Amino acid sequence: MEQRTEDVNGQDTLEIAGKSYSSRLIIGTGKYSSYKLNAEAANSAGVDIVTVALRRVNLSNPDEDKLSDHVSPDKFTYLPNTAGCFTADDAVRTLRLARELGGWNLVKLEVLADQKTLYPDMDQTLNAAKTLIADGFDVMVYCSDDPVFAKKLEDSGCCAIMPLGSLIGSGLGIINPINIRLIVEQSKVPVIVDAGVGTASDAAIAMEIGCDGVLMNTAIAEAKDPIRMARAMKHAVIAGREAYLAGRMAKKKYADPSSPLAGLI
Amino acid sequence: MEIYLNGELMRVKRGLTIQALVEQISEEPRGIAIECNLEIVPKSQHPNVVLQDGDKLEVVQFVGGG
Repeated sequence: MEQRTEDVNGQDTLEIAGKSYSSRLIIGTGKYSSYKLNAEAANSAGVDIVTVALRRVNLSNPDEDKLSDHVSPDKFTYLPNTAGCFTADDAVRTLRLARELGGWNLVKLEVLADQKTLYPDMDQTLNAAKTLIADGFDVMVYCSDDPVFAKKLEDSGCCAIMPLGSLIGSGLGIINPINIRLIVEQSKVPVIVDAGVGTASDAAIAMEIGCDGVLMNTAIAEAKDPIRMARAMKHAVIAGREAYLAGRMAKKKYADPSSPLAGLI
Repeated sequence: MEIYLNGELMRVKRGLTIQALVEQISEEPRGIAIECNLEIVPKSQHPNVVLQDGDKLEVVQFVGGG
């Protein structure tokens, strides 16, 4: 388990592949009604890292709004993903192109099993992770909440383990906190819950369990007021992290008065 | 001759380099990566690689995604 990581200034920072980030929240850049709103949400969330996808240039509309004109790669670390890839080969191909495009090695790997659940195909994911790591990538890996497979991914050299809280885009929250906790306890690299967060309390729960961060997209993008929800998520992640570090009280079966019994009239 | 550009058939003149093609399709050719027949063509090679009949090119960029 990653214990508190304080930098030289005493700040509690998130370390991924040797680099420090002040925010433990990572957000996606999909599903927003505009890149402008997306940028405002990213600012409101106070994030350092945003995930991005790789797609064909739209040749029929060269004047199309560009992500980088709003969510600037100078301000945010772009984390290229492999969303939409259903085989290890496709994921590796996509991330090699992303590296050529961006020039950096930090990537988010996800290899999906089917359209209905977007559940990760763990065999393909592990194969892709091994290929990418051998090719010099720093791989943050989206995975199931199976601690056994999570360990295999860590042993293969992944720099962050990112188990799902629940299905991508479902907003169902952290449905198996027991497994997430097992993964947190066994992992020496950061554990970041990726997918399933629906509202602020979900993010706080992930952090209270001891996760090192939370990655979300739809919870903010599909909120009625994405900018406000982004702010809520920022606070939720900080609150959950602080509660984890503070160490919660023990649960008791019966009441325990907060006022002294001595001196009662 | 004909090439495939992002899955679409396109007629181009012989001897066209990747760089010349990029300049044709984009006024501001930044923020793109190119793959030719499943091989990445590094930006430094764009002026040197001459397209061949039947080449399959992918021109990609970063877009919003979760």
